[in-house]
Amino acid sequence: MSDAATIDAAAVATPAARPALRKRDQRALTAYGLVAPAFVLMLLMLLGPLASVIALSFTDYQLGAPALSWIGLANYQDMFADRVFWISLRNTLTYVVIVVPGAVTLGLGIALLIQSGTSLRSLYRTIYFLPVMATLIAMAVVWEFMLHPQFGLVNGLLRGAGLPAFSWLQDRGTALYALCAIGIWQAVGFNMVLFLAGLVSIPKQLYEAAEMDGTASAWARFRLVTWPMLGPVTTFVIVISGIRSFQVFDTVHILTKGGPSKSTEVLIHTMYTEGFEFFRSGYGAALTVVFLVFVLLLTLIKARLADRGVQTA
Amino acid sequence: MKPLRTIPLWPAVRHLLLIAGAVVLLAPFIWMISTASKPPEEVFSSELHLIPHHFALWDNLKIAFAKANLWRFLLNGVIVTVSIFVLQVLIALPAAYALAKLRFLGRDALFALILFGILIPPQATAIPVFLLLHKLDLLDSYAALVLPFTISVFGIFLMRQFFKSVPDDLVDAARMDGISEFGIVWRVMLPAAIPAVTAFGIFSVVAHWNDYFWPLIVLNSEQLRTPPLAVAHFRNNEAGTNYGPLMAAAMVIIAPLLIAFLLAQRRFIEGITLTGIK
Repeated sequence: MSDAATIDAAAVATPAARPALRKRDQRALTAYGLVAPAFVLMLLMLLGPLASVIALSFTDYQLGAPALSWIGLANYQDMFADRVFWISLRNTLTYVVIVVPGAVTLGLGIALLIQSGTSLRSLYRTIYFLPVMATLIAMAVVWEFMLHPQFGLVNGLLRGAGLPAFSWLQDRGTALYALCAIGIWQAVGFNMVLFLAGLVSIPKQLYEAAEMDGTASAWARFRLVTWPMLGPVTTFVIVISGIRSFQVFDTVHILTKGGPSKSTEVLIHTMYTEGFEFFRSGYGAALTVVFLVFVLLLTLIKARLADRGVQTA
Repeated sequence: MKPLRTIPLWPAVRHLLLIAGAVVLLAPFIWMISTASKPPEEVFSSELHLIPHHFALWDNLKIAFAKANLWRFLLNGVIVTVSIFVLQVLIALPAAYALAKLRFLGRDALFALILFGILIPPQATAIPVFLLLHKLDLLDSYAALVLPFTISVFGIFLMRQFFKSVPDDLVDAARMDGISEFGIVWRVMLPAAIPAVTAFGIFSVVAHWNDYFWPLIVLNSEQLRTPPLAVAHFRNNEAGTNYGPLMAAAMVIIAPLLIAFLLAQRRFIEGITLTGIK
Protein backbone atom coordinates (compact mmCIF):
# COMPACT_ATOMS: atom_id res chain seq x y z
CA MET A 1 0.00 0.00 0.00
CA SER A 2 2.57 2.53 1.12
CA ASP A 3 4.74 1.36 -1.74
CA ALA A 4 2.11 2.35 -4.29
CA ALA A 5 1.59 5.66 -2.49
CA THR A 6 5.27 6.55 -2.72
CA ILE A 7 5.30 5.76 -6.39
CA ASP A 8 2.24 7.93 -6.99
CA ALA A 9 3.86 10.76 -5.05
CA ALA A 10 7.01 10.40 -7.08
CA ALA A 11 4.99 10.45 -10.27
CA VAL A 12 3.39 13.74 -9.31
CA ALA A 13 6.31 15.51 -7.73
CA THR A 14 9.40 14.67 -9.72
CA PRO A 15 10.43 14.66 -13.33
CA ALA A 16 11.29 10.99 -12.89
CA ALA A 17 7.61 10.31 -13.43
CA ARG A 18 7.91 8.31 -16.63
CA PRO A 19 10.44 5.73 -15.48
CA ALA A 20 8.50 5.31 -12.23
CA LEU A 21 5.34 4.65 -14.18
CA ARG A 22 7.04 2.22 -16.46
CA LYS A 23 8.39 0.46 -13.43
CA ARG A 24 4.88 0.09 -12.07
CA ASP A 25 3.59 -1.39 -15.32
CA GLN A 26 6.52 -3.72 -15.35
CA ARG A 27 5.76 -4.74 -11.81
CA ALA A 28 2.15 -5.49 -12.73
CA LEU A 29 3.41 -7.67 -15.58
CA THR A 30 5.70 -9.49 -13.16
CA ALA A 31 2.72 -9.95 -10.88
CA TYR A 32 0.84 -11.77 -13.64
CA GLY A 33 3.89 -13.95 -14.16
CA LEU A 34 4.00 -14.75 -10.45
CA VAL A 35 0.34 -15.73 -10.16
CA ALA A 36 0.08 -17.47 -13.55
CA PRO A 37 1.14 -21.01 -12.51
CA ALA A 38 -1.18 -20.95 -9.51
CA PHE A 39 -4.02 -19.53 -11.59
CA VAL A 40 -3.69 -22.11 -14.38
CA LEU A 41 -3.44 -25.02 -11.94
CA MET A 42 -6.40 -23.71 -9.98
CA LEU A 43 -8.51 -23.69 -13.13
CA LEU A 44 -7.25 -27.13 -14.14
CA MET A 45 -7.43 -28.96 -10.83
CA LEU A 46 -10.08 -27.13 -8.84
CA LEU A 47 -12.49 -24.76 -10.51
CA GLY A 48 -12.67 -26.59 -13.84
CA PRO A 49 -13.34 -29.93 -12.15
CA LEU A 50 -15.93 -28.33 -9.90
CA ALA A 51 -17.82 -26.99 -12.91
CA SER A 52 -17.35 -30.33 -14.69
CA VAL A 53 -18.76 -32.36 -11.84
CA ILE A 54 -21.93 -30.30 -11.95
CA ALA A 55 -22.13 -30.55 -15.76
CA LEU A 56 -21.35 -34.30 -15.70
CA SER A 57 -24.22 -34.90 -13.32
CA PHE A 58 -26.59 -34.00 -16.17
CA THR A 59 -25.02 -36.51 -18.56
CA ASP A 60 -24.93 -40.28 -18.93
CA TYR A 61 -21.13 -40.34 -19.24
CA GLN A 62 -19.39 -43.59 -18.33
CA LEU A 63 -15.63 -43.92 -18.33
CA GLY A 64 -14.50 -45.41 -21.65
CA ALA A 65 -17.78 -44.66 -23.40
CA PRO A 66 -17.19 -43.12 -26.84
CA ALA A 67 -19.75 -40.36 -26.36
CA LEU A 68 -21.95 -38.76 -23.80
CA SER A 69 -25.36 -37.20 -24.03
CA TRP A 70 -27.22 -34.63 -22.04
CA ILE A 71 -29.92 -36.41 -20.05
CA GLY A 72 -31.14 -33.53 -17.91
CA LEU A 73 -32.23 -34.55 -14.44
CA ALA A 74 -32.37 -38.28 -15.18
CA ASN A 75 -29.42 -39.08 -12.87
CA TYR A 76 -31.12 -37.22 -10.07
CA GLN A 77 -34.43 -38.98 -10.74
CA ASP A 78 -32.63 -42.34 -10.67
CA MET A 79 -30.88 -41.34 -7.49
CA PHE A 80 -34.03 -40.23 -5.68
CA ALA A 81 -35.75 -43.45 -6.78
CA ASP A 82 -32.84 -45.58 -5.55
CA ARG A 83 -33.27 -47.16 -2.13
CA VAL A 84 -29.47 -47.31 -1.68
CA PHE A 85 -29.18 -43.52 -2.01
CA TRP A 86 -31.68 -42.92 0.77
CA ILE A 87 -30.04 -45.53 3.01
CA SER A 88 -26.69 -43.94 2.29
CA LEU A 89 -27.96 -40.44 3.07
CA ARG A 90 -29.66 -41.60 6.26
CA ASN A 91 -26.51 -43.43 7.43
CA THR A 92 -24.36 -40.38 6.69
CA LEU A 93 -26.70 -38.14 8.68
CA THR A 94 -26.83 -40.66 11.54
CA TYR A 95 -23.03 -40.76 11.55
CA VAL A 96 -22.83 -36.95 11.63
CA VAL A 97 -25.50 -36.67 14.33
CA ILE A 98 -23.64 -39.13 16.58
CA VAL A 99 -20.02 -38.18 15.91
CA VAL A 100 -20.41 -34.39 16.10
CA PRO A 101 -21.98 -34.17 19.59
CA GLY A 102 -19.75 -36.99 20.83
CA ALA A 103 -16.49 -35.55 19.58
CA VAL A 104 -17.39 -31.95 20.51
CA THR A 105 -18.57 -32.66 24.08
CA LEU A 106 -15.67 -34.98 24.82
CA GLY A 107 -13.22 -32.52 23.27
CA LEU A 108 -14.60 -29.71 25.42
CA GLY A 109 -14.66 -31.88 28.54
CA ILE A 110 -11.05 -32.94 28.10
CA ALA A 111 -9.94 -29.37 27.38
CA LEU A 112 -11.69 -28.12 30.55
CA LEU A 113 -10.17 -30.91 32.62
CA ILE A 114 -6.68 -30.19 31.32
CA GLN A 115 -7.01 -26.44 31.96
CA SER A 116 -8.53 -26.92 35.43
CA GLY A 117 -5.10 -27.71 36.83
CA THR A 118 -1.54 -26.78 36.05
CA SER A 119 0.42 -30.02 36.19
CA LEU A 120 1.14 -32.29 33.20
CA ARG A 121 -0.85 -30.11 30.81
CA SER A 122 1.32 -30.67 27.76
CA LEU A 123 1.70 -34.39 28.46
CA TYR A 124 -2.07 -34.86 28.44
CA ARG A 125 -2.44 -32.70 25.36
CA THR A 126 0.12 -34.85 23.54
CA ILE A 127 -1.55 -38.11 24.55
CA TYR A 128 -5.02 -37.00 23.53
CA PHE A 129 -3.71 -35.66 20.24
CA LEU A 130 -2.05 -38.95 19.19
CA PRO A 131 -5.12 -40.42 17.41
CA VAL A 132 -5.31 -37.30 15.21
CA MET A 133 -1.77 -37.91 13.96
CA ALA A 134 -1.95 -41.66 13.42
CA THR A 135 -2.76 -42.85 9.89
CA LEU A 136 -6.48 -43.59 10.12
CA ILE A 137 -6.33 -46.59 7.77
CA ALA A 138 -3.71 -48.29 9.94
CA MET A 139 -5.64 -47.52 13.12
CA ALA A 140 -8.87 -48.75 11.51
CA VAL A 141 -7.18 -52.11 10.99
CA VAL A 142 -6.19 -52.10 14.66
CA TRP A 143 -9.77 -51.25 15.66
CA GLU A 144 -11.02 -54.10 13.52
CA PHE A 145 -8.92 -56.52 15.51
CA MET A 146 -9.99 -54.92 18.80
CA LEU A 147 -13.60 -55.44 17.71
CA HIS A 148 -12.96 -59.03 16.59
CA PRO A 149 -15.95 -61.09 17.83
CA GLN A 150 -13.83 -63.88 19.27
CA PHE A 151 -10.30 -62.63 19.97
CA GLY A 152 -10.93 -58.88 20.25
CA LEU A 153 -10.14 -56.75 23.28
CA VAL A 154 -13.59 -55.16 23.43
CA ASN A 155 -15.53 -58.40 23.61
CA GLY A 156 -12.92 -59.87 25.92
CA LEU A 157 -13.50 -57.03 28.39
CA LEU A 158 -17.28 -57.30 27.99
CA ARG A 159 -17.18 -61.03 28.68
CA GLY A 160 -14.92 -60.43 31.65
CA ALA A 161 -17.51 -58.03 33.07
CA GLY A 162 -20.27 -60.57 32.45
CA LEU A 163 -21.84 -58.52 29.66
CA PRO A 164 -23.04 -59.80 26.28
CA ALA A 165 -20.55 -59.66 23.41
CA PHE A 166 -21.28 -58.48 19.86
CA SER A 167 -19.86 -59.14 16.43
CA TRP A 168 -19.57 -55.37 16.03
CA LEU A 169 -18.62 -54.86 12.42
CA GLN A 170 -20.40 -57.94 11.09
CA ASP A 171 -23.74 -57.11 12.69
CA ARG A 172 -26.02 -54.69 10.81
CA GLY A 173 -27.38 -53.47 14.13
CA THR A 174 -24.00 -52.36 15.49
CA ALA A 175 -21.66 -51.77 12.52
CA LEU A 176 -22.52 -48.09 11.98
CA TYR A 177 -22.20 -47.36 15.71
CA ALA A 178 -18.82 -49.06 15.80
CA LEU A 179 -17.67 -46.79 12.96
CA CYS A 180 -19.08 -43.78 14.87
CA ALA A 181 -16.99 -44.77 17.89
CA ILE A 182 -13.85 -44.88 15.75
CA GLY A 183 -14.80 -41.50 14.27
CA ILE A 184 -15.20 -39.96 17.73
CA TRP A 185 -11.97 -41.56 18.94
CA GLN A 186 -10.12 -39.96 16.05
CA ALA A 187 -11.68 -36.48 16.25
CA VAL A 188 -11.65 -35.80 20.01
CA GLY A 189 -8.02 -34.66 20.18
CA PHE A 190 -8.45 -32.23 17.33
CA ASN A 191 -11.47 -30.59 18.95
CA MET A 192 -9.67 -30.54 22.30
CA VAL A 193 -6.82 -28.50 20.84
CA LEU A 194 -9.23 -25.94 19.35
CA PHE A 195 -11.04 -25.65 22.69
CA LEU A 196 -7.74 -25.31 24.57
CA ALA A 197 -6.82 -22.37 22.33
CA GLY A 198 -10.23 -20.85 23.07
CA LEU A 199 -9.88 -21.34 26.83
CA VAL A 200 -6.43 -19.78 26.95
CA SER A 201 -7.72 -16.64 25.24
CA ILE A 202 -10.41 -15.95 27.88
CA PRO A 203 -9.18 -12.97 29.90
CA LYS A 204 -8.30 -13.85 33.52
CA GLN A 205 -9.98 -10.64 34.73
CA LEU A 206 -13.38 -12.07 33.83
CA TYR A 207 -12.92 -14.89 36.33
CA GLU A 208 -11.68 -12.44 38.94
CA ALA A 209 -14.66 -10.20 38.35
CA ALA A 210 -17.01 -13.16 38.61
CA GLU A 211 -15.39 -14.16 41.88
CA MET A 212 -15.76 -10.66 43.29
CA ASP A 213 -19.41 -10.81 42.35
CA GLY A 214 -19.67 -13.86 44.55
CA THR A 215 -19.78 -16.64 41.96
CA ALA A 216 -17.73 -19.12 43.89
CA SER A 217 -18.73 -22.49 42.50
CA ALA A 218 -16.93 -24.01 39.54
CA TRP A 219 -20.20 -24.63 37.74
CA ALA A 220 -21.28 -20.99 38.09
CA ARG A 221 -17.92 -19.82 36.74
CA PHE A 222 -18.31 -22.16 33.78
CA ARG A 223 -21.88 -21.08 33.11
CA LEU A 224 -21.28 -17.33 33.53
CA VAL A 225 -17.82 -16.90 32.00
CA THR A 226 -16.34 -19.91 30.21
CA TRP A 227 -19.35 -21.07 28.22
CA PRO A 228 -20.40 -17.65 26.84
CA MET A 229 -16.79 -16.73 26.03
CA LEU A 230 -16.27 -20.05 24.25
CA GLY A 231 -19.42 -19.55 22.16
CA PRO A 232 -17.74 -18.69 18.84
CA VAL A 233 -15.13 -21.45 19.23
CA THR A 234 -17.84 -23.99 20.03
CA THR A 235 -19.92 -23.22 16.96
CA PHE A 236 -16.76 -23.28 14.88
CA VAL A 237 -15.76 -26.70 16.24
CA ILE A 238 -19.27 -28.07 15.67
CA VAL A 239 -19.29 -27.01 12.02
CA ILE A 240 -15.79 -28.35 11.34
CA SER A 241 -16.67 -31.67 12.96
CA GLY A 242 -19.81 -31.75 10.83
CA ILE A 243 -17.90 -31.19 7.58
CA ARG A 244 -15.32 -33.82 8.47
CA SER A 245 -17.98 -36.35 9.45
CA PHE A 246 -19.78 -35.85 6.14
CA GLN A 247 -16.54 -36.89 4.44
CA VAL A 248 -16.33 -40.24 6.27
CA PHE A 249 -14.87 -42.83 3.89
CA ASP A 250 -11.63 -44.49 5.03
CA THR A 251 -13.02 -46.56 7.89
CA VAL A 252 -16.09 -47.58 5.87
CA HIS A 253 -14.11 -48.63 2.84
CA ILE A 254 -11.56 -50.73 4.68
CA LEU A 255 -13.75 -52.23 7.40
CA THR A 256 -17.25 -52.80 6.03
CA LYS A 257 -17.45 -51.76 2.36
CA GLY A 258 -20.84 -50.29 3.30
CA GLY A 259 -22.15 -53.58 4.67
CA PRO A 260 -23.51 -55.70 6.20
CA SER A 261 -26.58 -55.27 4.00
CA LYS A 262 -25.86 -51.55 3.36
CA SER A 263 -26.04 -50.71 7.08
CA THR A 264 -22.84 -48.60 6.84
CA GLU A 265 -23.22 -47.31 3.29
CA VAL A 266 -22.39 -43.57 3.36
CA LEU A 267 -22.46 -40.86 0.69
CA ILE A 268 -18.80 -40.71 -0.28
CA HIS A 269 -18.60 -44.50 -0.30
CA THR A 270 -21.62 -44.72 -2.62
CA MET A 271 -20.02 -42.05 -4.82
CA TYR A 272 -16.74 -44.01 -4.84
CA THR A 273 -18.48 -47.27 -5.78
CA GLU A 274 -20.52 -45.71 -8.58
CA GLY A 275 -17.81 -43.43 -9.91
CA PHE A 276 -14.68 -45.54 -9.52
CA GLU A 277 -15.81 -49.17 -9.40
CA PHE A 278 -18.69 -49.14 -11.89
CA PHE A 279 -17.27 -46.08 -13.66
CA ARG A 280 -20.73 -44.51 -13.93
CA SER A 281 -19.19 -41.04 -13.90
CA GLY A 282 -22.44 -39.16 -14.54
CA TYR A 283 -24.31 -40.83 -11.72
CA GLY A 284 -21.31 -40.52 -9.41
CA ALA A 285 -21.20 -36.81 -10.24
CA ALA A 286 -24.85 -36.43 -9.21
CA LEU A 287 -24.03 -38.05 -5.85
CA THR A 288 -21.07 -35.68 -5.54
CA VAL A 289 -23.36 -32.71 -6.07
CA VAL A 290 -25.62 -33.84 -3.21
CA PHE A 291 -22.56 -34.21 -0.98
CA LEU A 292 -21.33 -30.77 -2.08
CA VAL A 293 -24.62 -29.12 -1.21
CA PHE A 294 -24.45 -30.42 2.36
CA VAL A 295 -20.79 -29.53 2.84
CA LEU A 296 -21.08 -26.09 1.28
CA LEU A 297 -24.06 -25.31 3.49
CA LEU A 298 -21.98 -26.14 6.55
CA THR A 299 -18.98 -24.26 5.14
CA LEU A 300 -21.01 -21.13 4.52
CA ILE A 301 -22.24 -21.23 8.10
CA LYS A 302 -18.62 -21.57 9.19
CA ALA A 303 -17.46 -18.69 6.99
CA ARG A 304 -20.15 -16.47 8.52
CA LEU A 305 -19.12 -17.48 12.01
CA ALA A 306 -15.42 -17.13 11.25
CA ASP A 307 -15.98 -13.52 10.23
CA ARG A 308 -17.81 -12.88 13.46
CA GLY A 309 -15.20 -14.82 15.43
CA VAL A 310 -12.43 -12.59 14.11
CA GLN A 311 -14.31 -9.53 15.30
CA THR A 312 -15.02 -10.84 18.78
CA ALA A 313 -11.60 -12.40 19.32
CA MET B 1 -9.30 -21.01 33.56
CA LYS B 2 -8.39 -21.09 37.20
CA PRO B 3 -7.77 -24.26 39.16
CA LEU B 4 -10.94 -25.48 40.81
CA ARG B 5 -10.07 -24.76 44.40
CA THR B 6 -13.59 -25.23 45.64
CA ILE B 7 -13.64 -28.99 45.21
CA PRO B 8 -11.47 -30.88 47.70
CA LEU B 9 -8.82 -33.12 46.23
CA TRP B 10 -9.58 -31.69 42.77
CA PRO B 11 -6.01 -32.18 41.47
CA ALA B 12 -6.25 -35.89 42.25
CA VAL B 13 -9.71 -36.19 40.68
CA ARG B 14 -8.47 -34.34 37.60
CA HIS B 15 -5.53 -36.69 37.13
CA LEU B 16 -7.72 -39.72 37.72
CA LEU B 17 -10.23 -38.67 35.07
CA LEU B 18 -7.57 -37.66 32.56
CA ILE B 19 -5.61 -40.87 33.05
CA ALA B 20 -8.77 -42.94 32.62
CA GLY B 21 -9.56 -41.10 29.39
CA ALA B 22 -5.98 -41.47 28.20
CA VAL B 23 -6.09 -45.24 28.76
CA VAL B 24 -9.21 -45.50 26.58
CA LEU B 25 -7.71 -43.28 23.88
CA LEU B 26 -4.39 -45.07 23.90
CA ALA B 27 -5.95 -48.55 24.03
CA PRO B 28 -5.69 -49.10 20.25
CA PHE B 29 -2.01 -48.12 20.27
CA ILE B 30 -1.28 -50.32 23.27
CA TRP B 31 -3.23 -53.23 21.80
CA MET B 32 -1.46 -52.78 18.47
CA ILE B 33 1.97 -52.99 20.09
CA SER B 34 0.87 -55.87 22.30
CA THR B 35 -0.57 -57.88 19.39
CA ALA B 36 2.42 -57.11 17.21
CA SER B 37 4.58 -58.65 19.94
CA LYS B 38 2.62 -61.88 20.28
CA PRO B 39 3.11 -65.21 18.48
CA PRO B 40 0.02 -66.52 16.61
CA GLU B 41 -1.08 -68.94 19.34
CA GLU B 42 -1.28 -66.04 21.81
CA VAL B 43 -3.08 -63.75 19.35
CA PHE B 44 -5.73 -66.39 18.80
CA SER B 45 -6.51 -67.07 22.41
CA SER B 46 -9.68 -65.97 24.09
CA GLU B 47 -7.81 -65.29 27.30
CA LEU B 48 -6.79 -61.60 27.34
CA HIS B 49 -3.28 -60.67 28.27
CA LEU B 50 -1.38 -57.51 27.50
CA ILE B 51 2.22 -58.66 27.96
CA PRO B 52 3.11 -61.49 25.60
CA HIS B 53 4.36 -64.70 27.27
CA HIS B 54 6.66 -65.16 24.36
CA PHE B 55 8.01 -61.94 22.84
CA ALA B 56 7.60 -62.16 19.06
CA LEU B 57 7.81 -58.54 17.85
CA TRP B 58 10.96 -59.14 15.79
CA ASP B 59 9.48 -62.25 14.17
CA ASN B 60 6.29 -60.39 13.29
CA LEU B 61 8.22 -57.43 11.90
CA LYS B 62 10.36 -59.81 9.86
CA ILE B 63 7.24 -61.49 8.44
CA ALA B 64 5.64 -58.10 7.72
CA PHE B 65 8.72 -56.87 5.85
CA ALA B 66 8.97 -60.18 3.98
CA LYS B 67 5.31 -60.26 2.92
CA ALA B 68 5.14 -56.64 1.84
CA ASN B 69 7.82 -54.37 0.51
CA LEU B 70 7.31 -51.93 3.37
CA TRP B 71 10.54 -50.01 2.76
CA ARG B 72 9.42 -49.31 -0.76
CA PHE B 73 5.99 -48.13 0.42
CA LEU B 74 7.50 -45.86 3.05
CA LEU B 75 9.82 -44.45 0.40
CA ASN B 76 6.79 -43.86 -1.86
CA GLY B 77 5.16 -41.99 1.01
CA VAL B 78 8.22 -39.78 1.37
CA ILE B 79 8.54 -39.18 -2.38
CA VAL B 80 4.88 -38.26 -2.75
CA THR B 81 4.51 -36.06 0.33
CA VAL B 82 7.79 -34.22 -0.26
CA SER B 83 7.06 -33.65 -3.97
CA ILE B 84 3.61 -32.33 -3.14
CA PHE B 85 4.93 -29.96 -0.49
CA VAL B 86 7.84 -28.63 -2.57
CA LEU B 87 5.60 -27.99 -5.59
CA GLN B 88 2.93 -26.41 -3.40
CA VAL B 89 5.48 -23.96 -2.04
CA LEU B 90 7.01 -23.25 -5.47
CA ILE B 91 3.57 -22.40 -6.84
CA ALA B 92 1.94 -20.79 -3.81
CA LEU B 93 4.70 -18.46 -2.62
CA PRO B 94 5.03 -16.31 -5.75
CA ALA B 95 1.25 -16.05 -6.04
CA ALA B 96 0.94 -15.17 -2.36
CA TYR B 97 3.61 -12.50 -2.71
CA ALA B 98 1.90 -10.93 -5.70
CA LEU B 99 -1.45 -10.97 -3.90
CA ALA B 100 0.00 -9.43 -0.76
CA LYS B 101 2.47 -6.86 -2.08
CA LEU B 102 1.87 -6.04 -5.75
CA ARG B 103 -0.91 -4.12 -7.44
CA PHE B 104 -2.39 -5.53 -10.60
CA LEU B 105 -5.73 -5.60 -12.31
CA GLY B 106 -7.86 -8.56 -11.19
CA ARG B 107 -6.03 -9.05 -7.92
CA ASP B 108 -9.16 -8.87 -5.79
CA ALA B 109 -11.08 -11.17 -8.13
CA LEU B 110 -8.26 -13.71 -7.99
CA PHE B 111 -8.19 -13.53 -4.20
CA ALA B 112 -11.95 -14.07 -4.10
CA LEU B 113 -11.53 -17.16 -6.31
CA ILE B 114 -8.91 -18.47 -3.91
CA LEU B 115 -11.20 -17.95 -0.93
CA PHE B 116 -13.92 -19.80 -2.84
CA GLY B 117 -11.48 -22.60 -3.71
CA ILE B 118 -10.81 -23.22 -0.03
CA LEU B 119 -14.47 -24.17 0.40
CA ILE B 120 -14.29 -27.04 -2.12
CA PRO B 121 -13.78 -30.42 -0.41
CA PRO B 122 -11.27 -32.68 -2.19
CA GLN B 123 -13.84 -35.45 -2.81
CA ALA B 124 -15.95 -33.06 -4.88
CA THR B 125 -13.44 -32.78 -7.73
CA ALA B 126 -12.36 -36.45 -7.69
CA ILE B 127 -14.36 -37.69 -10.70
CA PRO B 128 -13.39 -34.93 -13.19
CA VAL B 129 -9.75 -34.90 -12.06
CA PHE B 130 -9.68 -38.68 -12.47
CA LEU B 131 -11.12 -38.36 -15.99
CA LEU B 132 -8.57 -35.65 -16.80
CA LEU B 133 -5.66 -37.81 -15.67
CA HIS B 134 -7.14 -40.70 -17.64
CA LYS B 135 -7.23 -38.50 -20.78
CA LEU B 136 -3.63 -37.43 -20.18
CA ASP B 137 -2.73 -41.10 -19.67
CA LEU B 138 -1.23 -40.29 -16.28
CA LEU B 139 -3.22 -42.69 -14.08
CA ASP B 140 -1.24 -45.12 -11.96
CA SER B 141 1.87 -42.94 -11.69
CA TYR B 142 3.57 -40.66 -9.19
CA ALA B 143 2.27 -37.77 -11.28
CA ALA B 144 -1.32 -38.88 -10.61
CA LEU B 145 -0.61 -38.81 -6.88
CA VAL B 146 1.15 -35.44 -6.91
CA LEU B 147 -0.25 -33.28 -9.70
CA PRO B 148 -3.77 -32.66 -8.35
CA PHE B 149 -2.36 -31.36 -5.07
CA THR B 150 0.35 -29.07 -6.44
CA ILE B 151 -2.11 -26.22 -6.16
CA SER B 152 -3.00 -25.45 -2.58
CA VAL B 153 -5.37 -22.52 -2.48
CA PHE B 154 -5.26 -22.78 1.28
CA GLY B 155 -1.46 -22.48 1.16
CA ILE B 156 -1.72 -19.37 -1.01
CA PHE B 157 -4.25 -17.85 1.39
CA LEU B 158 -2.12 -18.65 4.44
CA MET B 159 1.07 -17.25 2.91
CA ARG B 160 -0.70 -14.17 1.59
CA GLN B 161 -1.98 -13.38 5.09
CA PHE B 162 1.53 -13.85 6.46
CA PHE B 163 3.18 -11.71 3.77
CA LYS B 164 0.72 -8.91 4.51
CA SER B 165 2.39 -8.56 7.89
CA VAL B 166 5.89 -8.32 6.41
CA PRO B 167 6.86 -4.60 6.38
CA ASP B 168 6.87 -2.93 2.97
CA ASP B 169 10.19 -1.31 3.85
CA LEU B 170 11.82 -4.72 3.64
CA VAL B 171 10.50 -5.17 0.11
CA ASP B 172 11.46 -1.63 -0.91
CA ALA B 173 14.96 -2.05 0.48
CA ALA B 174 15.36 -5.24 -1.54
CA ARG B 175 14.22 -3.39 -4.68
CA MET B 176 16.77 -0.63 -3.96
CA ASP B 177 19.40 -3.35 -3.86
CA GLY B 178 18.32 -4.32 -7.34
CA ILE B 179 16.73 -7.63 -6.45
CA SER B 180 14.04 -8.67 -8.95
CA GLU B 181 10.46 -9.31 -7.84
CA PHE B 182 11.04 -13.02 -8.35
CA GLY B 183 14.20 -12.79 -6.27
CA ILE B 184 12.31 -10.98 -3.52
CA VAL B 185 9.94 -13.96 -3.18
CA TRP B 186 12.73 -16.41 -2.48
CA ARG B 187 15.43 -14.26 -0.89
CA VAL B 188 13.33 -11.89 1.23
CA MET B 189 9.84 -13.31 1.73
CA LEU B 190 10.64 -17.00 2.13
CA PRO B 191 13.18 -16.47 4.94
CA ALA B 192 10.73 -14.16 6.70
CA ALA B 193 7.94 -16.70 6.35
CA ILE B 194 9.74 -19.80 7.64
CA PRO B 195 7.39 -20.31 10.65
CA ALA B 196 4.30 -20.14 8.42
CA VAL B 197 5.90 -22.38 5.78
CA THR B 198 6.81 -24.91 8.48
CA ALA B 199 3.28 -25.01 9.86
CA PHE B 200 1.89 -25.38 6.36
CA GLY B 201 4.46 -28.08 5.60
CA ILE B 202 3.40 -30.16 8.58
CA PHE B 203 -0.24 -29.70 7.64
CA SER B 204 0.46 -30.76 4.06
CA VAL B 205 2.75 -33.72 4.81
CA VAL B 206 0.44 -35.18 7.46
CA ALA B 207 -2.62 -34.82 5.23
CA HIS B 208 -0.99 -36.53 2.25
CA TRP B 209 0.92 -39.18 4.17
CA ASN B 210 -2.40 -40.28 5.70
CA ASP B 211 -4.51 -39.85 2.56
CA TYR B 212 -6.25 -43.02 1.45
CA PHE B 213 -9.03 -41.83 -0.87
CA TRP B 214 -6.96 -40.44 -3.74
CA PRO B 215 -4.21 -43.10 -3.97
CA LEU B 216 -6.96 -45.73 -3.82
CA ILE B 217 -8.60 -44.16 -6.87
CA VAL B 218 -5.61 -43.58 -9.12
CA LEU B 219 -3.22 -46.45 -8.29
CA ASN B 220 -3.05 -50.03 -9.48
CA SER B 221 0.62 -50.91 -9.42
CA GLU B 222 2.02 -52.49 -6.32
CA GLN B 223 5.34 -50.66 -6.53
CA LEU B 224 3.66 -47.24 -6.32
CA ARG B 225 1.58 -47.93 -3.20
CA THR B 226 1.59 -45.29 -0.50
CA PRO B 227 1.70 -46.32 3.19
CA PRO B 228 -2.09 -46.33 3.82
CA LEU B 229 -2.70 -48.41 0.67
CA ALA B 230 0.03 -50.78 1.79
CA VAL B 231 -1.71 -51.42 5.13
CA ALA B 232 -5.04 -51.86 3.36
CA HIS B 233 -3.62 -54.44 0.95
CA PHE B 234 -1.79 -56.22 3.73
CA ARG B 235 -5.05 -56.44 5.65
CA ASN B 236 -7.09 -57.61 2.66
CA ASN B 237 -4.65 -60.36 1.75
CA GLU B 238 -3.64 -61.56 5.20
CA ALA B 239 -6.74 -60.78 7.28
CA GLY B 240 -7.94 -63.36 9.72
CA THR B 241 -4.73 -65.34 9.70
CA ASN B 242 -1.82 -63.09 10.48
CA TYR B 243 -2.82 -60.40 12.97
CA GLY B 244 0.63 -60.21 14.55
CA PRO B 245 2.44 -59.21 11.35
CA LEU B 246 -0.52 -57.01 10.33
CA MET B 247 -0.24 -55.02 13.57
CA ALA B 248 3.53 -54.87 13.08
CA ALA B 249 2.96 -53.44 9.58
CA ALA B 250 0.48 -50.90 10.99
CA MET B 251 3.09 -49.85 13.55
CA VAL B 252 5.69 -49.34 10.84
CA ILE B 253 3.34 -47.17 8.77
CA ILE B 254 2.29 -45.00 11.71
CA ALA B 255 5.76 -44.68 13.23
CA PRO B 256 7.38 -41.96 11.08
CA LEU B 257 4.68 -39.35 11.72
CA LEU B 258 4.19 -40.28 15.37
CA ILE B 259 7.91 -40.05 16.10
CA ALA B 260 8.13 -36.70 14.32
CA PHE B 261 5.10 -35.55 16.29
CA LEU B 262 6.57 -36.57 19.64
CA LEU B 263 9.77 -34.72 18.78
CA ALA B 264 8.05 -31.46 17.83
CA GLN B 265 4.55 -31.58 19.31
CA ARG B 266 3.94 -27.88 19.54
CA ARG B 267 4.76 -27.30 15.88
CA PHE B 268 2.69 -30.29 14.83
CA ILE B 269 -0.37 -29.26 16.80
CA GLU B 270 -0.02 -25.79 15.26
CA GLY B 271 0.24 -27.26 11.77
CA ILE B 272 -2.61 -29.74 12.09
CA THR B 273 -5.03 -27.26 13.60
CA LEU B 274 -4.59 -25.21 10.44
CA THR B 275 -7.15 -27.66 9.05
CA GLY B 276 -9.51 -25.96 11.44
CA ILE B 277 -9.06 -22.63 9.75
CA LYS B 278 -9.42 -24.29 6.37
